[in-house]
Amino acid sequence: MESVVARAGVWLAALFVAIVFFVNAVDTGFAVHMAIFALAALAGLVITLTKTNYLAVATGVKVAADQSRYDDDLIRAGVILTTFWGCVGFLAGLYIALQLAFPVLNLGFEYTTFGRLRPLHTSAVIFAFGGTALISTSFYIVQRTCRARLALPALARFVFWGYQLFIVIAATGYVMGITQGKEYAEPEWYADLWLTLVWVAYLIVFVATIMKRSEPHIYVANWFFLSFILTVAMLHLVNNVNLPISIFGSRSYPVWAGVQGALVQWWYGHNAVGFFLTAGFLAMMYYFVPKQAERPIYSYRLSIIHFWSLIFLYIWAGPHHLHYTALPDWAQTLGMVFSVMLWMPSWGGMINGLMTLNGAWDKVRTDPIIRLMVFSLAFYGMSTFEGPAMSIKWVNSLSHYTDWTIGHVHSGALGWNGMITFAAIYYLTPRLWGRERMYSLRMVNWHFWLATIGIVFYASSMWVAGIMQGLMWREYGADGYLVNSFAETVAAMHPMYIARAFGGVLYLTGGLIMAYNVWQTVAGNLRDELPLRQAAYDQAADRPLPAAAVPAE
Amino acid sequence: MTSETIKEPAGTEKWARHKRLEKNVALLGVLAFGAVIIGGIVEIAPLFWIDNTIEKVDGMRPYTPLEQAGRDIYVREGCYLCHSQMIRPFRDEVERYGHYSLAAESMYDHPFQWGSKRTGPDLARVGGRYSDEWHVQHLKDPRAVVPESVMPMYAFLADRDLNAGDQKASLTALYRVGVPYTKEDLDKANDDLKAQADPNGDAADLQKRYPKAQVRDFDGNPGRLTEMDALVAYLQVLGTMVDVNSAAAQEDLATEKGR
Repeated sequence: MESVVARAGVWLAALFVAIVFFVNAVDTGFAVHMAIFALAALAGLVITLTKTNYLAVATGVKVAADQSRYDDDLIRAGVILTTFWGCVGFLAGLYIALQLAFPVLNLGFEYTTFGRLRPLHTSAVIFAFGGTALISTSFYIVQRTCRARLALPALARFVFWGYQLFIVIAATGYVMGITQGKEYAEPEWYADLWLTLVWVAYLIVFVATIMKRSEPHIYVANWFFLSFILTVAMLHLVNNVNLPISIFGSRSYPVWAGVQGALVQWWYGHNAVGFFLTAGFLAMMYYFVPKQAERPIYSYRLSIIHFWSLIFLYIWAGPHHLHYTALPDWAQTLGMVFSVMLWMPSWGGMINGLMTLNGAWDKVRTDPIIRLMVFSLAFYGMSTFEGPAMSIKWVNSLSHYTDWTIGHVHSGALGWNGMITFAAIYYLTPRLWGRERMYSLRMVNWHFWLATIGIVFYASSMWVAGIMQGLMWREYGADGYLVNSFAETVAAMHPMYIARAFGGVLYLTGGLIMAYNVWQTVAGNLRDELPLRQAAYDQAADRPLPAAAVPAE
Repeated sequence: MTSETIKEPAGTEKWARHKRLEKNVALLGVLAFGAVIIGGIVEIAPLFWIDNTIEKVDGMRPYTPLEQAGRDIYVREGCYLCHSQMIRPFRDEVERYGHYSLAAESMYDHPFQWGSKRTGPDLARVGGRYSDEWHVQHLKDPRAVVPESVMPMYAFLADRDLNAGDQKASLTALYRVGVPYTKEDLDKANDDLKAQADPNGDAADLQKRYPKAQVRDFDGNPGRLTEMDALVAYLQVLGTMVDVNSAAAQEDLATEKGR
């Protein structure tokens, strides 16, 4: 009984604090956010009071969770929310792409300007789609590879739903103009503090699950997840040291200014790519690729070498975002050298993934999920080659400030992160809901081709746009004057912006097909269609090792 | 499965030491964290104590309360997503935008707004290059003055009173993170805010504390202090504080001791 009272008390206190902040709020945005926090605390309180098994409490019988089953409730919610946030993020991206082609779509309202919707797009795809995928798959993978049920179930629920609350606060904030003005770190101080709380809880749940493992070894996917969680915590804390103007207001000023602020920001920004979008997604790759290919990982030694070299080298690469700026030259050069070196460990991951298909390459022809994985790894390899190339100062002098950067980011995000996540969703959905297969594997194939062709349109139009832009800016005539006014370079972008938006339409359509497919699978339907290959699945064996079992060694 | 059933390749003993990490999550976590802090410490920490990171230049001053309010609007609207404020030392950029940016010019910028993308042109030295009327017209309807522009319309700024809240609180927060406002600057922040946009008021005191501060009605609507006033005041001060041509040549600096 005490624990129920204590938990309800914590929620009640949280509700009370949120109301106090709401009442004293000095700006509207802050009041809205405190109301959202209050509603969340109220929801927590209601759930605590209604979901408690009072009979068990009254009789003093503690109902322990069934340790012979995995805890998959959150992962089911995660699969649905990942699909949802993906479609939201792609739609927001398509809309702002169209705004650049047709500026009238800014509509003249403050809430619908490109400047406010762009952070909404980047956060929706990176933190909502990517982050929910990472939290869900890490909870799935850590249980399977440790052969143990998730530790600290209540805290795990706090992590999952607390993270969703962070997303809602961040997204509504952008539309209301609440931002600290740093790319990919836009959420204001109170959202940052909330995320810190959630993230520490995430680390605790993850490590506690590893500690109760039945397997003697910690699988390589978990090294990557651990490094992702630890490093993101460090980056988040250092980059978001802000001083609020009022503790009852949404605005704050960062402690870091000017050149130091720039380096801290891009140390954060680049490693958000390195650890959020690379290390975390490599962990997904290290589990789902071998499982779907039904082959062991190609090389254990390569995984050791590329893990340690990747995490060590990545952190140095940030200054390549600041080439030829007022950042001291030594820091720029250091960043460039490490970025070029980073090519090798990145390709270590790609090679380890692709070579896992040794002896199973025929499955690329017959298994659309394998096809998504192979293309995902191919795009990973492509963009981790392009990245080091763009970090060379000579190349960067042309590419920086242009749409080439945007194209580069998207070949990584749409190709690598998107496709490996789609593959994971298609792998997880039938298993989590106990279905024979996805509603339609043919639709997975459609999704694959729509996404692939969409990326080709996106990346190639942005290469052309970026290189053209860079060359036009620096073009001199025979008379020794600049040839192009800035406005002329903007006009020249128009056809490329339309081609890019068309790529986005294809990619979003693929996402919507996935949403329909997942929905039908969850509903228990099977489309009547010619079969395609799928990986074997033994539901009876998919459970934690019983306590008495002798661990394999 | 036991290890004996697998034929171990030669040299496996060397790799066996890694198995210790694979069985100890604390050790794995500590080493993984150690691997990621080194780069940050080596690259970032020196920027705070190597004193030639920011060369001293004459003319830098903190933003006036009105300019800072405009800057807060610039941040709020996400202008940095399409406009850089960092001119690189290339012939074409210097001809197009002006002298390349100096580190000192953003030393009071919390947060920095160097940007990463030029969907629109660089704004580091946009101050004084266009009239106030041009800025107001352009912000209200960009395509009325630049037909090729893809910029959003910001007409709503002209219709909204500048509600910067308590500007003293904002400046105090900036002071606490290192911007050298004086006590007088902080105390008079709310008066300074109004004085700078009031063409009929007495702004001598403001201009004494903020040298070269431009005092006038910025949005063409003298009866009202709007967000447009603040944003235009900010745009008009960008890049104008430092007389870049008086900065010492790199060759002279190189002969100084300790560089």
